[in-house]
Amino acid sequence: MNKINMTINGVVYEVEPGKTILEAARDAGIIIPTLCYHKDLCIAGNCRVCVVEIVGQNRLSASCATPCQDNMEILTNSLKVRNSRKHIIELLLSEHNADCTKCYKNGNCELQELAAEYKIMSQDLIDLVPFKNYTIDMFSPSIIKDDSKCIRCQRCVRTCAELQGVNALTVAYKGDHMKISTFFEKSLNDVVCTNCGQCVNHCPTGALIEKNYIEEVWEAISDPEKHVVVQTAPAVRVGLGEELGFEAGSRVTGKMVSALKSLGFDSVLDTDFTADLTIMEEGTELLTRLKRSLVDHDPDVKLPMATSCSPGWIKYIEHLYPEYLGHLSTCKSPQQMFGALVKTYYARSRKLNPEKIVSVSIMPCTAKKFESNRPEMHDSGYRDVDYVLTTRELAIMIKQAGIDFMKLPDKKFDRIMGESTGAAVIFGATGGVMEAALRTAYELVTGREVPFENINIMPVRGMEGVREAIIKIENPLEAWSFLDGVELRCAIAHGLVNAKKVMDELKAQKNNYHFIEFMACPGGCLGGGGQPIPTNPEIREKRAKAIYDEDEAMHIRKSHENPEIIKIYEDYLGKPLGEKSHHLLHTKYTERNRY
Amino acid sequence: MATAYNLKRADFIFRNENDWEKILSRTLQRDKQELINELISSELKGRGGAGFPTGLKWKLASEAVSDQKYVICNADEGEPGTFKDREILTRVPFKVLAAMSICGYIIGCNTGIIYLRGEYKFLKSELEKAIKEFEYYCKEIHFDFNIQIFMGSGAYICGEETALMESMEGMRGEPRNKPPFPTGSGYMGKPTVINNVETLAHTFTIFKYGSKKFYDLGVQFSRGTKLFSVSGDTPKPGIYELELGMSLSDFVDEFGDGDTKAVQVGGASGFLVPRKRFNETAIGFKGKLSGISLPTGGSMMLFNSTRSMYNLLDNYLEFFREESCGQCTPCRVGCQQLLIGIKAVKSGAKPAGYLDKLLKLTETMQYTAKCGLGQSVANSFSSIVENFREEMIY
Repeated sequence: MNKINMTINGVVYEVEPGKTILEAARDAGIIIPTLCYHKDLCIAGNCRVCVVEIVGQNRLSASCATPCQDNMEILTNSLKVRNSRKHIIELLLSEHNADCTKCYKNGNCELQELAAEYKIMSQDLIDLVPFKNYTIDMFSPSIIKDDSKCIRCQRCVRTCAELQGVNALTVAYKGDHMKISTFFEKSLNDVVCTNCGQCVNHCPTGALIEKNYIEEVWEAISDPEKHVVVQTAPAVRVGLGEELGFEAGSRVTGKMVSALKSLGFDSVLDTDFTADLTIMEEGTELLTRLKRSLVDHDPDVKLPMATSCSPGWIKYIEHLYPEYLGHLSTCKSPQQMFGALVKTYYARSRKLNPEKIVSVSIMPCTAKKFESNRPEMHDSGYRDVDYVLTTRELAIMIKQAGIDFMKLPDKKFDRIMGESTGAAVIFGATGGVMEAALRTAYELVTGREVPFENINIMPVRGMEGVREAIIKIENPLEAWSFLDGVELRCAIAHGLVNAKKVMDELKAQKNNYHFIEFMACPGGCLGGGGQPIPTNPEIREKRAKAIYDEDEAMHIRKSHENPEIIKIYEDYLGKPLGEKSHHLLHTKYTERNRY
Repeated sequence: MATAYNLKRADFIFRNENDWEKILSRTLQRDKQELINELISSELKGRGGAGFPTGLKWKLASEAVSDQKYVICNADEGEPGTFKDREILTRVPFKVLAAMSICGYIIGCNTGIIYLRGEYKFLKSELEKAIKEFEYYCKEIHFDFNIQIFMGSGAYICGEETALMESMEGMRGEPRNKPPFPTGSGYMGKPTVINNVETLAHTFTIFKYGSKKFYDLGVQFSRGTKLFSVSGDTPKPGIYELELGMSLSDFVDEFGDGDTKAVQVGGASGFLVPRKRFNETAIGFKGKLSGISLPTGGSMMLFNSTRSMYNLLDNYLEFFREESCGQCTPCRVGCQQLLIGIKAVKSGAKPAGYLDKLLKLTETMQYTAKCGLGQSVANSFSSIVENFREEMIY
């Protein structure tokens, strides 16, 4: 196709056909402000902030929604454009609770930035907020929805529909009553919401935020009676830097540990440890199911087995495919395994009263807040995980504590439960759990390393929504001879809309996988709802690269070689799927309604 | 009072010679290109209000390549003060059905859909009977065309063509971004011709009498006749077919009650013309008279001196605030601001000068709103505020 010649602000550009005016302008280094536009989502064209003037047309056009045409003459900063844009920002502000200093998103709000840029000094228009009956939904343990901050850009609605296929959030009413709401306007806690937090991550303002537990954690830290243990998820170490002045994709593991110690946590540990433990348990579970299916021909065995690390995915399947709950691995997520062990194994080893332990976790995730709140997560005899903070909340604490993050020295995780492997780190990326499981399972079965260069299983990596991989098992060890020649069919799905595809295929018996990794968020945990804002395709790629770099930099890269894992089985758990692990590390699932 | 043009009554639409079968089968014998040319040379423009050339629309759709196309008859007649489509569908439904099928023949599709306004549910059963009879005849002449009715649910915005299609697809009735236009990607993403009921009825006239007869009526740029829904302070409200291009003073001479203060041309989204402007205002898409010329969906509301123009505007704005789909900022918030703004000026909470700020705001709405609804709020607002400013303040 021939290129298009067009003029932007008097300069001629050659543009690929099919590009929108906004894309062409950005390529040319011309900034056009946007609000409803997000790279992850379809074009809405409803905020109208990105309007530009096409010379010869009386009306302005939304640059995000208008394709370039030959000989188009665009003005992005004419007086007409400026005045209109300013008017639109003023209109949005008039409907918005602009009490910025008391807003959780103060300083990270796209509307606030625009208001600052256009120097909206006086409010000429009448404040509409007092006339509205705005409500705040605080019932969810993960997400707070404050309608008074909403600018109706529908980014959350599109996120929930396009990325997640959940449709918990949708548009209700019309005209001045138009709002973003839920089924029958119930609380997010009472509808089919997976708490994934993608809406929070995509919200340009403070209308959707995570429920934060910062003050509770400060209080625990300051309590001399309490022993506060913190665990950090793999994806946090490649995201946290973005909140604290680093480029996207920076690995800040050592600084993060350092900062957590400075904050006053008594012990800074690593969720990666229980990620390795998950591999041991889940890998064994998979092999057991395969044996029951292939050797015992047990009709009750459920294959494919699905991973259970992602609490958003768990709630999704509980709501929408409850008949498939038997396919879920019974393993708890690494966070909850960690929580259960902290108040048992860790307490015993460190000779601490579990009652005095406060267990905090730093997660890239808002659904983890819900997960820690589940009634069944009390296997240690106490609430296994007391508080879950997102990556963003941790950054807030670091800033509040006056820590100059950039200048921090690198430190190492404490022991015990601080040792981890490369296999655990890649849990943070889509395909990572699969890769880690394969590294261990293949070696357990054959006695050899997975047949991939540098044990990087490239077919399971990437950002494709659904990926498949087939690993053929040849010459297994004696005990696993029934697997000889078996082709292990694996699939990976990330983003619930892709999970839905795989599940619908499964329902229609159109696929026959053995093992499927499901992650609720696009890109896996590194693109989680609790990660720094913005998150978009490029940033996810960078974080993924950082995750895999981190893996390669580890000297142990297979879960079963983690010395602390070997030790915990020797000293405490016995063997994978043993009685103790059954009690502490495995769980059951709850069928939930659709409404 | 020099009038350059006199009111000319016409009688095409409702003249029912019951010859639709003959006209239909005759037209279906003709070459498609020839029919398009006939339509183009008639210079018929859309009668829903926006005035897009009908021939061009059909031509674009006929050129689009697709396995499936659609013809939609827009019977979501929701503009305040308009009630002509209801009459057409009641009295001469076969003209509309025949026109739809001719369009289908030309663009290459066999599915027609009538999007019927929710409040017109009472028309449905009669219309269905007509469709049955029509389809029976089509079968007889071995012409494959079927027509369905899709019921709207009463949202004004669904009269906007792309919102209408969204609504038919089961989505919220919200206008889409354009381009793409319906002729390229419309209902279900397929090339679609969507025409107002009256427009379709006029094409029947054109295919029956030839384009010349139509073209000879009206004035330059505004050819043919138009149905007007006359209401308000008039001794003879009703529906009248008139040639386009008349001056408003002629219209008021005929329909006014002798005390006409202003006429709202084109419904709530149209313009209010004060008495001092009657002479210079022509009704058409672009008149030959000097002065302004107003396109219209045919709503003519007359107001006499007992009517408050403030109440009128208040009423319109309340309507728009309610009927905006709410998706785009300028329309959703703009309408609220305008309504609350004129109330504030009236009550003295804001100074009179605030009206100028609101006028500026309507300008922004006109430039930036996503669809015709938000864009045209400026029409009535500015024409009322500019001409009756004192009524807004005191």
